Amino acid sequence: MIERLDISTQTVSISRRDFLKLSATGLIVFFTTGDLALFTGEVDSAPLPSDFNAFLRIGEKGMVQCFTGKIEMGQGVVTSLAQMLADELDVAFEQIEMVLGDTDLCPYDRGTYGSLTTRSFGPALRQAGAEARAVLLELAAKHLDTAVADLVAERGEIFIRQRPQRRVSYQELTEGTRIEHYVSGTVQPKSPGEFKVMNRARLRSDALEKVTGEAEYAADIRLPDMLCARILRPPAHGATLRTLDTSGAESIPGVRVVHDGELVAVLHEKWDMADIALQRIRATFDEPEPHVDTDSIFAHLLEVAPSPSTLAAGGNLAQGERQSQSVVESTYHDGYVAHAPMEPHTATVHYDGDSATVWPSSQTPFPARDEAARTLGLPAEKVRVISPYLGGGFGGKTRNLQVQEAARLAKLTGKPVQVAWSREDEFFHDSFRPAAVIQIRSGLDKNRYLNFWDYHVYFAGDRGAEQFYDIAHHRTSSHGGIWGVSSGIHPFAVGAWRAPANNTNTFARESQIDIMAAQAGTDPLDFRQSHLQNRSLKGVLTAAAKRFGWKAAPAPSGLGRGIACGVDAGTWVATVAEVEVDKTSGTVRVTRVVCAQDMGLCVNPEGAAIQMEGCITMGLGYALSEEIRFSGGTIHDNNFDTYEIPRFSWLPKIETVIVDNVDSPPQGGGEPAIITMGGAIANAIFDACGARCYRLPMTPTRVKAALAVSG
Amino acid sequence: MNETIRFTLNNTPITITVDRERPLLWVIRHDLALTGTKYGCGQGLCGSCTVLVDGTAVRSCQATVGEVADSEVLTIEGLAAGNDLHPVQQSFVEHDALQCGYCTPGMILQAASLLNRNPTPGRAEIIDTMENNLCRCGAHNRIVRAIEAAAEKLNGGG
Ligand code: FES
Ligand code: FES
Repeated sequence: MIERLDISTQTVSISRRDFLKLSATGLIVFFTTGDLALFTGEVDSAPLPSDFNAFLRIGEKGMVQCFTGKIEMGQGVVTSLAQMLADELDVAFEQIEMVLGDTDLCPYDRGTYGSLTTRSFGPALRQAGAEARAVLLELAAKHLDTAVADLVAERGEIFIRQRPQRRVSYQELTEGTRIEHYVSGTVQPKSPGEFKVMNRARLRSDALEKVTGEAEYAADIRLPDMLCARILRPPAHGATLRTLDTSGAESIPGVRVVHDGELVAVLHEKWDMADIALQRIRATFDEPEPHVDTDSIFAHLLEVAPSPSTLAAGGNLAQGERQSQSVVESTYHDGYVAHAPMEPHTATVHYDGDSATVWPSSQTPFPARDEAARTLGLPAEKVRVISPYLGGGFGGKTRNLQVQEAARLAKLTGKPVQVAWSREDEFFHDSFRPAAVIQIRSGLDKNRYLNFWDYHVYFAGDRGAEQFYDIAHHRTSSHGGIWGVSSGIHPFAVGAWRAPANNTNTFARESQIDIMAAQAGTDPLDFRQSHLQNRSLKGVLTAAAKRFGWKAAPAPSGLGRGIACGVDAGTWVATVAEVEVDKTSGTVRVTRVVCAQDMGLCVNPEGAAIQMEGCITMGLGYALSEEIRFSGGTIHDNNFDTYEIPRFSWLPKIETVIVDNVDSPPQGGGEPAIITMGGAIANAIFDACGARCYRLPMTPTRVKAALAVSG
Repeated sequence: MNETIRFTLNNTPITITVDRERPLLWVIRHDLALTGTKYGCGQGLCGSCTVLVDGTAVRSCQATVGEVADSEVLTIEGLAAGNDLHPVQQSFVEHDALQCGYCTPGMILQAASLLNRNPTPGRAEIIDTMENNLCRCGAHNRIVRAIEAAAEKLNGGG
């Protein structure tokens, strides 16, 4: 029996296939996610999906299933989304089952990135939960022969307030019935005062699987007859194969060699045997002459930059410059940075001639499905992607190159194939955070107030470029972003890296603001506060400074503390870092970091704190050590011996403050706290010893050079 | 060349016929079908592949299977006693000492090895021992706290 209780006026275009999959009974709620337009142009510019984007189902044994194309890569959505749904539906947290990233069960989703899950998907999910609850209350009123107003919903049951023994469970209400409901937006989700699960600290729900080794990642998939592939990589991007001798590999029993166009792969049941076979391949390549390297890249970027687009402007730049007592001109450089998730890219593909199943490590299961379908020459609905846990993503697992490789090899060999990149593959085929240049000219008027700001960003991307300080004459210009830049600009692939563009922009802006504060002879915190109107931003600055115990003094004060602030994914963030600088070696040790964040309603404060700690830790890397060294298309860093990521001994004392703001919609939490790390540390180094670093990462050599300049 | 190698895996004696030069990591993951032990770098640089050999942490990507003949090998799957988590596992759960979880098995076994050797390590010793286990998600401080708490528990405190 199909009962339609409510159909919103919105056009519904769920494919027939989705309906067929939903043959089960229960209450099924469809909804679209919120403002996906936020993301247009960032990863791809495909048209936004018009169909309904996710749904939940209440049924079977009182369980509530939530289907979403999002994936869990450590950011904790498996917990926080379940918290939202539990509260809106009045069920126990344990009654929620999250089904993530299965393209056959979950309607289309573009991917998990951009800190969008909580702020965009979250409100839609809460609305769906609230409406499902309203439907259940109506059904219960009929069932118990009373008015909705007399009813109370609790832990998956509804009872009459005055006669609690008269009750009915959600399961009884929906059993054997199929009820479809489309979100209408007319029911109000709960107010913060009514939360029981949300806005409360909760431990990760996937922890048990992860501490026992049961949690399955893409490389843990085992299929009968499966072959592991190792792929021959050129020594440099742009190199082409000249000669090839695979006889050494072929002599290993059980090895299959595939040579198809530019693809040379060896396959064996066991990864290590395929790896040995790969090492026995003799190949020579023609390599293009390198044109740029780690140091010359910046001049190259300025040379090839397209004409700028203006992101923001106000007042009159020429007038501002004329009125300035002094103008400071600075150039900031930021190198290529790797994502380096602990789990390298992996995909397993099972192909039977007219359909396929793919288990990828991917932040974008639906685009992964489309890639596999294209490679296999199948219609998209013949391919199912099942998402295992991801061992970290950080924006890097969005390209699905390994999915294409595995699909191609599965087709060529007629066997299930697993492509699990080696760490060296990972460093070669990663889409690095782009190298970038930022030039800023800024000036103070006679009252030592900022009145002139001319900002040019080259290739970092726009996110975080627009400044929020109160400056009468300003302009922000962007010369080429991360995506859609022509070939010949970067020697290898670049892409989104945790808080894309914003780390570079915030480093430059906050360094320059500190320089201006020093020019004005003003404490850097006071200087910022006096140039800010935004209450949220002022609030996080105050909160961070207070927790830190900030004492006003112009830099360099010798105290070795620096502050930086910014906004990312709708979240306001301020960070104070404290450092020790060894003047002989140039080594910087970060001893303490205090970070305050205003992220609107915080669904899981514990989860949010963990994400902030993760951001702060990862931020130490791009600030102090991480940089891909290269000449032309040859990458010199290919494992963790030379590419240094933060380790235990680097860890400062970390304190996080979440500014209470339950009445505002939830904002992103997986990225914001990382954006301020470069600026806060640069400013702390200056405060400690008067050395100003204009280039990330601030390696000992560069700090020493800056010290020499500062005298 | 294949030969017969005996060792104890997760408290069960086993015999396998295998080339003794193959890396222990891949014998565990493929031949023994236990996938909790992770590949991260293949060069002994990250600790994702850590297992215990006779109670001591070993990088299984750097050890050959021949080297563990007649030894006791413990992987993450064998650390809990039935349904009872090892105190380090329990402590990781309680302290939210993980995010993506990929480094977690290696971290836990590295810590268990430390506590086998020294049940009362100070913070500096914990950091020192964990130094070459990499975590990209940044769970470090919580991992240190989790290990401290596990040590306390093991010593009858907490
Ligand atoms: S995989 Fe063995 S140490 Fe990294
Ligand atoms: S939890 Fe992800 S690498 Fe450590």
